[in-house]
Amino acid sequence: MTSNNLRTALYDTHVSLGGRMVPFGGWDMPVQYPDGILSEVKAVRTATGVFDVSHMGRLYLSGPKATEFLDWVLTASASTLRVGRARYCMICNEKGGVIDDTIFYRLSEDRYLLIPNAGNRPAVVAWFQRWIDEKFSRGCTMEDVTSTTGLIAFQGPGTAEAIDKLADTPLSGMRPFSWAETAIQGAPMLVGRTGYTGENGFEMLVQGNHVVNIWTALTASGAVPCGLGARDVLRLEAALPLHGHEIDEATTPIEAGLDRFVRFDKEYVGSDVLRDQQENGVKRKLVGFTLPGRSAPRAEYNLLHQGEIVGAVTSGSYSPTLDTSIGMGYVLGRYAEPGATLDLDIRGRTAQVTVTALPFYSRPRRT
Amino acid sequence: MTPDDRKYTQEHEWVRIEDAAAKSAVAGITDYAQDQLGDIVFFELPKVGDSVTHLGKMGEVESVKAVSDLFSPITGEVNEINDKLLDHPELVNEDPFGEGWLIKVTMADVEEADGLMSAEDYDAYTARL
Repeated sequence: MTSNNLRTALYDTHVSLGGRMVPFGGWDMPVQYPDGILSEVKAVRTATGVFDVSHMGRLYLSGPKATEFLDWVLTASASTLRVGRARYCMICNEKGGVIDDTIFYRLSEDRYLLIPNAGNRPAVVAWFQRWIDEKFSRGCTMEDVTSTTGLIAFQGPGTAEAIDKLADTPLSGMRPFSWAETAIQGAPMLVGRTGYTGENGFEMLVQGNHVVNIWTALTASGAVPCGLGARDVLRLEAALPLHGHEIDEATTPIEAGLDRFVRFDKEYVGSDVLRDQQENGVKRKLVGFTLPGRSAPRAEYNLLHQGEIVGAVTSGSYSPTLDTSIGMGYVLGRYAEPGATLDLDIRGRTAQVTVTALPFYSRPRRT
Repeated sequence: MTPDDRKYTQEHEWVRIEDAAAKSAVAGITDYAQDQLGDIVFFELPKVGDSVTHLGKMGEVESVKAVSDLFSPITGEVNEINDKLLDHPELVNEDPFGEGWLIKVTMADVEEADGLMSAEDYDAYTARL
């Protein structure tokens, strides 16, 4: 079987570990390893897990106008971001729709690293290039280093202790959404205190020729290899949106309840729409809901109130951490309050769901 | 190892005749099927007394990632379902040919199973998938 999909530096490693490879965002990636999604989720919630996330993009944006450029294309502020810190935000079109969500790191006064989603990288690169050419030429350059670097996510409550044993410098004291430079076994890397699991953790940007060594060092420390299946369950439990499900080009961050990642005091692409929605409200809202048992809501299932369709599911799963089924979806505003009950159409069967405050799961905080 | 005491469908169900005179059979899904599904979390099975038909839909199985239809390998009437799967669907991951059986059926015609694949044929079939 041949495919035109891209492969990360860890492709052979995944295959030799028994990873089940599936196409995702233009890449062949492991959806799970032989022990299965439930045990991978448990590893990340109770110990340490490691994910190859090299399918996600790595873009450097540099130059005297890089800050001004990012302030124009991102919902968050680049100019107020200190060197050494990172921020989560959205890239919106003129209608406020989400082209992608991203984390960007300020590396120096005039240099940033930005991580788009795998499948959205071509769209983001084209969108950025358009604005660079139109508004910021000769002041900002973009470099796509996705194919020459790798990205590894090291996630779980045990990661802080484990990383201090592995890295050349102590990292367990790093604040969330900060980054640092260090090395593991001679391989230099940029480490961010970030992730997509709702758990404590780190993400490591390394040169392509070091990726396998870093992965091996982490698994040798006891970290369980985890695939896209576990990653999806973990992010859903933490109510983190997935582009193509909770957010897309026809959905705004306001509808998605992501207004805390949106600035309303600067002008940028889509800002007028977002400001208007924030002031005047939106018709539909993203909600979370639970239902007893293990039969999961799935994307596009309808949500009903007294027989009328009032919304639809965007993501759902059995949650092994909470031992109940959970989902997110869009509903008309008047059904969005926690405690509201709706009917879910599960392939012709009806199940009652209860709208609940998000996230479903938040990690225990140290006291 | 695919047990050779039973027959298989292309939809990855198995049926084993328990007592030909009494037309009683037990059915489940194969090791290949459970491996493809991954961690199973939920079964929707027919009820005792329901009729099932050869290759007709008889229920659903949900894993963490997907929902799949279950098809009956045989025609007959359901006389028992595996209640343990309600709380322990993972039994099918652990032991699909034994503890993880799905339903017991009184067959309309025991010879119907003759038309299904042998273990050897089924292994050859899955090797090509």
